[in-house]
Amino acid sequence: MGGMLVRLRNPSREVEMPGPALVSVLLERLGINRESVLVVRNGELVPGDQRLEDTDEVEVRPVISGGA
Amino acid sequence: MKCVVCRGAAVIDVRRHNANFCGEHFVRHCGEQVRRAVEDFDMLQPEDRVLVAVSGGKDSLAVWDLLVELGYQADGLYIGLGIGEYSETSGGHARRFAESRGLTLLEVDLPGEYGFDVPTGAKAARRVPCSACGLSKRHLFDKAAVDGGYDVLVTGHNLDDEAAVLFGNTLRWDTDYLGRQYPVLPARNGFPKKVKPLVRLSERDMAAYCLIRGIDYLVDECPMAAGNRHLIYKDLLNDLEVRSPGAKADFYFSYLRNAADRFREDRDESVVGECSRCGSPSQGEVCAFCRLQERAVPVTFGGRT
Repeated sequence: MGGMLVRLRNPSREVEMPGPALVSVLLERLGINRESVLVVRNGELVPGDQRLEDTDEVEVRPVISGGA
Repeated sequence: MKCVVCRGAAVIDVRRHNANFCGEHFVRHCGEQVRRAVEDFDMLQPEDRVLVAVSGGKDSLAVWDLLVELGYQADGLYIGLGIGEYSETSGGHARRFAESRGLTLLEVDLPGEYGFDVPTGAKAARRVPCSACGLSKRHLFDKAAVDGGYDVLVTGHNLDDEAAVLFGNTLRWDTDYLGRQYPVLPARNGFPKKVKPLVRLSERDMAAYCLIRGIDYLVDECPMAAGNRHLIYKDLLNDLEVRSPGAKADFYFSYLRNAADRFREDRDESVVGECSRCGSPSQGEVCAFCRLQERAVPVTFGGRT
């Protein structure tokens, strides 16, 4: 079983997703609105057109905070 | 994607500006957006003593960092709200940031100094946690700014925060709240001047700014915010934004340009007196924070249920 390791939050979990895939495609597959997250690959911020490989460790970091 | 400034590799796309940036030029872009907000709304003077309301999250640490980088003399104030491990963690982020930059961080501990925490206060007053939390923070930040002789209190409210609040106020056509929604509130009736320098920047911008600047902020959401109405509004507005980049900024800044003045005339400017318990400005004999404390403290100490 291969694929990139993707770390998600709220709730915190890790999933394996098939690569290679563009950042924008990964977010579509995960059903996540691109305006509500940043994508970090191997510790570096990456924009929507970057290609993610099977060997990458990816964090999808939510940016929305609550409170009144 | 290439940076619109230097043509180097971009790390972030900002669709509402139809622009991509490398790390260095994104940081400059954020500084420029804050400088413009400060100038456009007459938020700060170079000689002002500034107090930044700091939570340990991305927005408050970013605004503190940006203001210091722009040359302002800014101290921070962190309030321990007693939300279990979340508060311990958030305080650690605020302290490490201040220490790493040699900045002054003041602290107030709600349970230690006032005898109750946010979960207890919310339960006792039958308020939702975000309401009890917001009330406590506003009171304690205002008091610290006035007592400390600061010229301005800065909060880290960003474009998404302001658009979500405006959306909620507009859904209810709450003219009094609409009249208060402005990036600058002047000092009046014993309240400090309050400003929001991040109104031209989104939550995504602020998280990216922290990542690029190496600011170690608290990423996890407050455990008490689940189901918060503003989170629902933010989701709705982001659905709109992804289809129509710039929609949030249009909604908010068009309001400020075309309608805010009309609602400011509707504001309830009733004469404000002093709270008989704490001396803070209050429209009643006892201010809302002291009433919250009166209800919460007996519960905390097991006296009243």
